[in-house]
This record gives sequence, C-alpha cells and structure tokens, in this order.
Amino acid sequence: MPEVRRALKDLLAGGIFVALGLAFALGSLDYEIGSPLRMGPGYVPLVLGLLLAGLGVLVIGKGFIAGEGEPIGEVDWRAVILITAALLFFGLTVRGLGVIGALFGAALLAALARSATSALEAVVIAAGLTLLSVVIFIVALQLRLPLIGTWIPV
Amino acid sequence: MELLGNLGLGLSTALSPENLLFCLIGVVLGTAVGVLPGIGPTATIAMLLPVTFTLEPVTALIMLAGIYYGAQYGGSTTAILINLPGESSAAVTAIDGHEMARNGRAGPALATAAIGSFVAGTFATIVIVLFAPPLARIALTFGSAEFFSLVVLGLIASVALARGSTVKALAMIVLGLLFGTIGQDIYTGTPRFTFGVRELFEGVNFVSVAVGMFGIAEILRNLEDERTRKLVSKAISGLWPTREDFRRIAAPIARGTLLGSALGILPGAGHVLASFGAYSIEKRLSKRKEEFGHGAIEAVASPEAANNAAAQTSFIPLLTLGLPPHPVMALMLGAFIIHGITPGPNVINDEPALFWGLVVSMWVGNLFLVLLNLPLIGIWVRMLMIPYRILFPAIIVFAAIGTFSLGLNAWHVFAIAFFGLLGYALIKLGCEPAPLLLGFVLGPLLEDHLRRALIISRGDLSIFVTRPISAVLLAMAVGAILIAVLPAIRRRREVVFKEEVD
Repeated sequence: MPEVRRALKDLLAGGIFVALGLAFALGSLDYEIGSPLRMGPGYVPLVLGLLLAGLGVLVIGKGFIAGEGEPIGEVDWRAVILITAALLFFGLTVRGLGVIGALFGAALLAALARSATSALEAVVIAAGLTLLSVVIFIVALQLRLPLIGTWIPV
Repeated sequence: MELLGNLGLGLSTALSPENLLFCLIGVVLGTAVGVLPGIGPTATIAMLLPVTFTLEPVTALIMLAGIYYGAQYGGSTTAILINLPGESSAAVTAIDGHEMARNGRAGPALATAAIGSFVAGTFATIVIVLFAPPLARIALTFGSAEFFSLVVLGLIASVALARGSTVKALAMIVLGLLFGTIGQDIYTGTPRFTFGVRELFEGVNFVSVAVGMFGIAEILRNLEDERTRKLVSKAISGLWPTREDFRRIAAPIARGTLLGSALGILPGAGHVLASFGAYSIEKRLSKRKEEFGHGAIEAVASPEAANNAAAQTSFIPLLTLGLPPHPVMALMLGAFIIHGITPGPNVINDEPALFWGLVVSMWVGNLFLVLLNLPLIGIWVRMLMIPYRILFPAIIVFAAIGTFSLGLNAWHVFAIAFFGLLGYALIKLGCEPAPLLLGFVLGPLLEDHLRRALIISRGDLSIFVTRPISAVLLAMAVGAILIAVLPAIRRRREVVFKEEVD
C-alpha cells in the first residue's frame, strides 16, 4: 500500500482532528444548544467541533492526493513516558509530599528520560535542581508552598 | 503637543526606580533563558510568566516586554555562537552570523546584532507612538460584529503568512478555539468539558498550553536525536566592529528596520518574513554577493534589525485592537487579562500611564540590551555550555512549579503534560503549534463577540456582512485563505521561506 505510506502523516493528523472534533461535538450535545439569537453553552463548541472534523477529513483527503511522504521518524518512547510521568508525579504529590519531595521525584524522572544519563548522574542532577528550585521559588520569589507535605509526619 | 504630554507620562512611569529595576531584571532574565539552546522566546516567556504575577500590572508588563526582547536577543546570540537558532526568525542570522563566528569574528557579529537591534528598537518605538493612537481611535468605533470579524481575519491571516500546510493550520486554529471553550460558559455559568473537575471550571491555563506545546514538545523532539552542539567560544575577542564594518552595516540596518517595522504589524509570522525578506534584499543589493553565506556582516545586520523592529511593532495590533499577531503576543494578552486589563482600543484612554509607560520602557529595555549584553557576553557563553542533560530536566521542574504556583492548581501541571504530548504528536505529523495557541487565547473573545453581535442583531447572521467594516474584514479573511490555497501564489510563498536557507 504505497498510497497509505505516503499519506500516513496526513492520515494520522487528520484522524486526530476528526476524533477530537467529533468528541467535542458529541460532548457539546450534553449542553443546551439554543439558537443563533440565544446561543446556549453548547452552540459554539458544536459548530467548531463539526468544523474541525470536516477539516480533518480534508487533511486526510489531501494526504491521499498529495501526501508529503516524509517518514514520521522514530519516537523516543522512554522520553515520552518518563517526561509525562515527571509532570504527573509533581502534580499528584506536591501537596502530599511537599515541594521538596515532588521536585526531587519529578527531576529524577525527567533526568532519566535521556537514556545516556546514568542513574547516579540523574540523582545528582535531581538533587541540584531541587535545591536550585527551592532557592528560586521559595526563598527568592517567596511562594507560599509547604516544603514538607501532609503525608509526612514530622 | 498631546504627544509630548503622553511621552512625559510614559517617561515618568518607565523611569520610576521600581519599573526601571524590573525592566532591567526582565531584559537580563530574558536574555539568560533565551540564550539557552532549544528554548525559543515563546517557551521562555511562558516559563517566566509566573514570576511576574505578583507585581503591579504596569511593572509586570514592563518586565514581560523586557523578557521578550531579551529572549529575542538571546536567541540571536545562540544562533551566532552555536548555529542553533531558538526560533525561525533567528535562523537567518545563524547563516552568516555563525560563519562570522567561525572566522573568528564572533565579537563583531554579536555587536552588530546588538547595534542593529537597538537602532531598530528605537525606530519601532517611534512607530508605535505615532501609529497606535490613531489606530485605537478607529477601533473604538468597532462593535461586536467588527471585533468578531477582526479576530477571524487575524486568525486566518496568521495561517496565510505562515509556512506549512494551510488546511492543517486551519484545523489547529479550530482545535485551539475548542480547547478555549473548556471551563465555565460566560453567559450561563455552565461548566463545559470539565468532566466534573472543579479545578477546570476556570478553564485551561494558557501558560500550560504554551509550556506544553512549545517547551515540552520541543524537549521530546530534542531527545530524539541529541544534536552535537559545537560552541564557538575560542575567539570572542575584539568585540567591537571596525570602522569598515560600521560603514557596511549602516544602510542594511536602516533597510532592515523599515521592512521589519512594516511587516511586524501583520498577523502570523511577520517577524520571520521580515528577517528572510531583509536577507534577500541585502543579497540582491550587495556588490559582494559571493560573501553571503560565508560571513557577510550585512547579512547579520539587516535581518537582526528587521527581526527586532518587527518584534516591537507587533505590539501595535495587541495594544490597539487586542489582537495578538503571534504566539508571544498571545501570551502577553493572557498576561494583560490576568492583571485585569483587556487589551484593546480602551487601554490608551483608560490606562494611559500603563500604555505610555510600556511603550517608553521598550526603548529603555533596548538601551539596557545594548549596554549590558556586550559586557556580559562571557556569562551568556557560560550559559550556553550548560549540558542538555541538566538543562531539560531543569525546564521541566521549573515549568511544573511555576505553573503550579499560578493558582496552586495541580491540573495546570497535568495540562502541561497533555499539551506536551498532543503538541509533540501533532508537530511530528507536520502541524505547526503556533495557530493552536492563537486560537486558544482568542477563543473566548471570539465566542463572546459572536454571541453579543447576534443578540444585537436578534439572531440575524447577516449582521457580519451588512455592517461595512465587518464585511471588509471578512472579505480580507476570504482573500487571505485564497492567497494561501491558490497554487501559484503558494509556490511563491514557499520560495520566500525557502530560497535563502537551502
């Protein structure tokens, strides 16, 4: 299927647009749609969702007619997973563990996203970044965040 | 004479010790982060935004503007020293600037960029002073129908002037508009697409979208193939250009400044277009065409001037129409709103101290840039040498804690991860992230004006074409789409973006 390979990038991009467009359009049906005079909260998202799905179909169609054909290239899954994990870890633990724990864990996960970084190196980087962040955000910018969270009995 | 009074007000605002200090901090901080390779101005500003939120509105905006042109200038430094431009407009500077650095003339190249930026910044500030007030007066007559059409034109024109697939860019705008609808509906208070999560009622934060799409996505791309960075640091001696250099750069700086000032007002990639255009013009006019690509000083002077003039005049549509022409201005718009000020024609009248203070501070900031950056070049070079294995985790934790601090809301941090992944996927599939951010920031505005205009017209959609200004704006939007899609013009557009880089 040479056509599919040539159109793959557009096919996937268009697919994302169609899926998200339809998701928003379907979701907007839960809200009052209303009329142009009295638009309900669902009116604009419904129109935009359908428009996005339409544009997605165009992207797919264009891919088959004149696909760019460039390969998508490798995806570094380790980096994708670990960096996402780092951000989620921070958000989930910043209250419970406190700023120090959340920063250290997030920095450690992030540092490990690069496969050439050794575990020891990552620990050193994470410790350094935690210290630097506390100095910048808590000491210098005076953000009122608890250094030690509620999960840790003092 | 009204003008002199306004400038006086601006001077007294911009020169107050506090504002002067934060302008200076902004410029230095912006340059420091902008110098870091792989972080463009958009990501820089998004990451540093939280730092400014505790300040007074005027001071915060002055500092942000300082961060902006600091980041712009820092990007050129990186482009010249390691040939790794942070964003597309600095790519032109990298061509000959990096060659100059390799020939041992990094000093004069950096000095030329600084001088060109200062001249351009000064001229562009005057352009803002002269053109912003009349434009705002016109915009004051606009009703909701006109503003709706204006936003549509702005969004579509930003696509027509950018590179890449037009359909994909249009889809990215609509996707951005849709993400902008998340949160409570302004008219009924109904929470939309929040999945019952209270933290999402206020909507997705624009800082999360910007940091995700421009910061995290970029890191993921950099980690795919770690580029070897070769730093040219050996020969940064003899900073000052020679008399011959000065003679050669005078006219190019003037031409670049004029071109940049004009193109900066355009929505979309005005500054990119300006720097590419300036390069083409200099090459065409030069008697030493063979030097271009091998370290011609004109090819640094003119694009840098054009780039900086455009960066400055792109404030005009934001300050007078409330319309951000590119992602950085979209972030500025978000910053204005956080401080309780809606950018638009009313700012000049309602907040004269803020408006004129900001404008004058732009000139002050440019002065700081030229005075500070050359002596501090040693520090910037040291920042360049921070290894990427330390740099990217630092960006991630700073982004996390900075965004969390905005409202002590962990969902702002989760949103970074979401938009980082989405941005990474879409960029890999050939979609530019800029239109999404513009759509996201302008979405609520667009919906508000649409609904208001239709209430005024009693639900009659023809209001957008029967009101003359609105009709003209929409016609221009249609024209912009045609320009982008028609094959003949499209090919020429590709040429403008490609010819000099290959």
